[in-house]
Amino acid sequence: MKTKLLGAALLAMATLLFNPAWADNAPAVDRTSTGGAQTLEDIMARQQQLKIDESFRSENLGNPANAKPITEQLGTRGGVSDSDVWRGIRYNQSDITTQMRGPAADVLIQDGGMPWYKLREGPLISYGGGALLGILLLLVVFYFVRGKIMIDGGPSGTKIERFKAIERFGHWLLAGSFIALALTGLITLMGRSFLIPVIGHEAYSTLAVGSKWLHNNIAWAFMLGLIMTFCMWVVHNIPNKLDWQWIKAGGGIFTKSHPSSKKFNAGQKIIFWTVMLLGLSVSLSGLSLLFPFEMPMFAGTFSVINSVIGTDFPTALTPHEEMQYANIWHSIVAFAMMVAIIAHIYIGSVGMEGAFDAMGNGQVDREWARQHHDLWVEEVEAKQGKGGSS
Amino acid sequence: MKVMVAAFVVALIIAVCAPVVLNQFGWSSAEQGSSPASVRLD
Repeated sequence: MKTKLLGAALLAMATLLFNPAWADNAPAVDRTSTGGAQTLEDIMARQQQLKIDESFRSENLGNPANAKPITEQLGTRGGVSDSDVWRGIRYNQSDITTQMRGPAADVLIQDGGMPWYKLREGPLISYGGGALLGILLLLVVFYFVRGKIMIDGGPSGTKIERFKAIERFGHWLLAGSFIALALTGLITLMGRSFLIPVIGHEAYSTLAVGSKWLHNNIAWAFMLGLIMTFCMWVVHNIPNKLDWQWIKAGGGIFTKSHPSSKKFNAGQKIIFWTVMLLGLSVSLSGLSLLFPFEMPMFAGTFSVINSVIGTDFPTALTPHEEMQYANIWHSIVAFAMMVAIIAHIYIGSVGMEGAFDAMGNGQVDREWARQHHDLWVEEVEAKQGKGGSS
Repeated sequence: MKVMVAAFVVALIIAVCAPVVLNQFGWSSAEQGSSPASVRLD
């Protein structure tokens, strides 16, 4: 339940982040003096970053019913002036015909390019990069405050199989590809700002081309790893009452207690569902980017969100705007995943004695297992007593 | 650790094979080479 709420909150927050829905509305403007055209008040409001209802011009596309006879001035234009025509082109309302057969060939002007670029180069890098630095700093502080979580009484010396080879393979396929995707994604997003000043345009060009190739292609390994791990572990990650006890005890991190847990504790379940839900979202938006204009998703998604929570997200998007939304969303979800995974890597390596063995060779110390997954150990031992396996 | 290394190698093999396989279906957006019929991001 917590994971679902977290996912919904993340979706809403991230969507609001790149939608100007929060901007103050500009006051109503009387445009009778300009015959309905833009006024100085409109220009001033736009300069003040106020939200302007653009329908006075996006819908002002001329009226063929008012067309003059063809023998009179402008008669051949069918009641549409040059301004009407260009407004129609700008707002993608014109019926464009073209011999070009490529996707989006009939979009002559798209209005969202600069806002997308500014968002990508500005807040996305600042907040995303800040989140990564923030979690790293938090973990360093946590390490010095809490220290490494040790096995109480030391290791027993006997081992128990925690994960089978196929489970570890799926995990590392997902993890290895994710790390490659994260690094190449960061190079692509931030390279212009941070790498070009250091290594120059030519070196960055080579790096960027290589990053793009790896990012586009290793994504399939990520998706395969995501499916594998979901299929293998979903049964063990269904929330239950035990998780609430674990969460109330804070996982025993500060109290140094050991709340009961089966194969996966509540913390691991949160990571699992975070990776699954965000992994699905980042995969879908990634596919939308990998096959440009072929898999538009945002107009439909916004339509559903609007109908559920009564928001006013745009549902008439040009193909380019679909790509821009997919790009921004892809980055936001990826940053959220990186933050979660950095914490996961910490607790699975330097943060806890004996934890890495679970994915390293699959064999964990029995005492470690008893302290962190007591009910799972009991299950395994009961099965082994009957001649079964974990 | 062998499983981890094997998974990393498989991830790279998938990355190398992906554009070749996709090209069989006429999907070559991830391919570096150009094709008049392909849809390319860059």
